[in-house]
Amino acid sequence: MSLAIQMEAKNGVLLIRLNGELDHHTAEALRTQAENAIQKHQIKHIVLNLEELHFMDSSGLGVILGRYKQIQKNKGEMVICAISPAVKRLFEMSGLFKIVKVERSEKNALQRLGVA
Amino acid sequence: MMKNKMEIQFSALSQNESFARITVAAFIAQLDPTMDELTEIKTVVSEAVTNSIIHGYENDPNGVIYIAVILDGDTIELTIRDEGIGIDDVEEAKQPLFTTKPELERSGMGFTIMENFMDEIHVISHQGEGTIIRLKKHLARNKALCN
Repeated sequence: MSLAIQMEAKNGVLLIRLNGELDHHTAEALRTQAENAIQKHQIKHIVLNLEELHFMDSSGLGVILGRYKQIQKNKGEMVICAISPAVKRLFEMSGLFKIVKVERSEKNALQRLGVA
Repeated sequence: MMKNKMEIQFSALSQNESFARITVAAFIAQLDPTMDELTEIKTVVSEAVTNSIIHGYENDPNGVIYIAVILDGDTIELTIRDEGIGIDDVEEAKQPLFTTKPELERSGMGFTIMENFMDEIHVISHQGEGTIIRLKKHLARNKALCN
């Protein structure tokens, strides 16, 4: 099992689509790729599409929180969409819903940030 | 009902995290758990194995992680053991959001998730000897048969 990471940058918004499993092993690749993209494309906001994410543990919470902190320095927002009930429970447990925004679909998330 | 047991051991490598949770899930599948229960068990295995790799063995690939699973009626007993450096203060480690490795973007939620997803948790840890995590979960089985 692994994680496919697809990223698109547009007008300061980084769209990240995850397909597969996000654990300690795959979190490191996500961290590196997202960190680099945020710097390279002068990213302000992030949309994280979790529709095809089939497993996540606390390592996923760590890497998501890490990217939130990275964009928060420039008053950026993180919008997460298509979240599964299992991932939702982890978010609730860790209090992550207090800082990230949630939208049902990728389209709604992009509209919210004005790049749809 | 007869107890059914399995044991595995593997190198403390991050690519074995998915192997560990999938193997345990495959073994407990015979109890016909719900999808939620299966996800909870997989998450818990992932948390404990990740802790052993990062904290117990501090990413030394020569470390070995041992998992034992016992199925006893509707109860799953899970033991995850390492022979790593051990935990200084178990109560502190269990606190939500506590981590000794923030630079590695650890969320500090591992033990909180284990406590939430399982019915019982016992942590036995000795410095320089290693850590044993014993977890129990009772499956809410046979719901369909009761109707």
